[in-house]
Amino acid sequence: MTDTVESISSMIVEKLLANPKVPRDIDGNSKIVEDLAFDSLAVMNFVMEIEDELDVSVPLDKLADIRTINDLATCLAALKSGAH
Amino acid sequence: MTDIFAKYAGLKAAAAGLTAHSPRNPFGVVIDHPVSATIGVIEGRETLLFGTNNYLGLSQSKAAAEAAIETVRREGVGTTGSRIANGTFALHRALETRLAEIFRRRHCMIFSTGYQANLGAISALAGKDDVLLLDADSHASIYDASRLGYAQVIRFRHNDPADLDRRLARLKDHQGAKLVVVEGIYSMTGNVAPMREFAEVKKKHGAYLLADEAHSFGVLGEHGRGVAERDGCEDDVDFVVGTFSKSLGTVGGYCVSNLDGLELIRLCSRPYMFTASLPPEIIAATLAALDEMQARPELRKQLQANAGQLNRGLHKLGLKTSAHVSPVVAVTLETVDQALAFWNRLLELGVYVNLSLPPATPDQHPLLRCSVMAVHTPEEIDRALQVFGQVKAEILG
Ligand SMILES: Cc1ncc(COP(=O)(O)O)c(C=O)c1O
Repeated sequence: MTDTVESISSMIVEKLLANPKVPRDIDGNSKIVEDLAFDSLAVMNFVMEIEDELDVSVPLDKLADIRTINDLATCLAALKSGAH
Repeated sequence: MTDIFAKYAGLKAAAAGLTAHSPRNPFGVVIDHPVSATIGVIEGRETLLFGTNNYLGLSQSKAAAEAAIETVRREGVGTTGSRIANGTFALHRALETRLAEIFRRRHCMIFSTGYQANLGAISALAGKDDVLLLDADSHASIYDASRLGYAQVIRFRHNDPADLDRRLARLKDHQGAKLVVVEGIYSMTGNVAPMREFAEVKKKHGAYLLADEAHSFGVLGEHGRGVAERDGCEDDVDFVVGTFSKSLGTVGGYCVSNLDGLELIRLCSRPYMFTASLPPEIIAATLAALDEMQARPELRKQLQANAGQLNRGLHKLGLKTSAHVSPVVAVTLETVDQALAFWNRLLELGVYVNLSLPPATPDQHPLLRCSVMAVHTPEEIDRALQVFGQVKAEILG
């Protein structure tokens, strides 16, 4: 199975929408901290769920550069392809 | 000119919101002075202290005080220098030798605080091409260490050896060294690490294991060496970091290991090299506290009994506490307002505990962190429980 940035991005959006506190109108361009009101701990904890799903680990320094859901999806896709 | 504090507008609003709903600043409590290990004067009232890290009560040790006084008269109040320059006295060496003996390890480095011990050991051990694997609920000093060094940092689920196993498996082709960091007892929740299982996982993958026994040294294990001793897996823990500021009642930190490479860390660890060493009287007091800890194993027994009494008591009151019985007991509440009201009322009724608010708490809930000492009497613990019961009825109904 190949995970594209698009498929990962929509998987992330879907997971986020499972949380009732997350605004309903998010998409790949939504900013994780500003638009979702996640603090740094919440971001790290959320990323853990995605890591399980994709069987990758995101190093914490990579998280520092991530602003949008698409940024996260791009990072995950790169890690995923590097791993195989 | 850009306001240098502008970025703290959110913090300012949060702090103002807290004090608006609280008769006192929960992060500005002043203990006028301690009366004993278990009682301090706060706001003019004698208050039972159930929120310290003074597990054995040794901050008030007479023997440690005498040792400090005698040493300060003989050697003065400070060293004015780094361990690698003029800041190593015979006493520093003596304390390193003593700790190495206690842990039955070949090498020991002492640092000026436990915070610096983590910062200095971890940042130097895990270098640019290495991977650092941290428990998600790690202490700030461990996270800060990961930012001071250049290793890749991966976080695994709290107290979850299976998650660590998966993450190490993903790194199987990675050429660098892997260092896993866990704590013995977690400072906020009292959770105890499954050390033996972590040790098995690290062996399976050829990683190194560092255990921060800050809250478990002097507390767990037959000789007080912490969770690794209790679980019989000390040989598989490559590095132990700890502090003098909890069960030993003074200040300072250390790292012990059987690996000879630890001596090289003295020459490259910035938090070791670029700060003044501990004052001689602190070293003398710490040595005396170690004597007392070793001479009085009954303190650890009493501490366990007291931990049981406090845990069971809080649980019986219907409060939400961790399943681990350890000297740290966290009561989890639903809302910050509840926690703030609960904490203030406890203090007014003469019981001090620590208030811990998200995001500094693991699961987004506020905590009342209670800790018990070996020298609390059963009556003092009963009194605290009685106050908890009263406040619970008032605040939670
Ligand atoms: C787990 C842990 N490690 C290290 C430290 C730092 O210890 P110290 O107070 O000696 O700086 C603490 C205490 O704050 C701690 O809880």
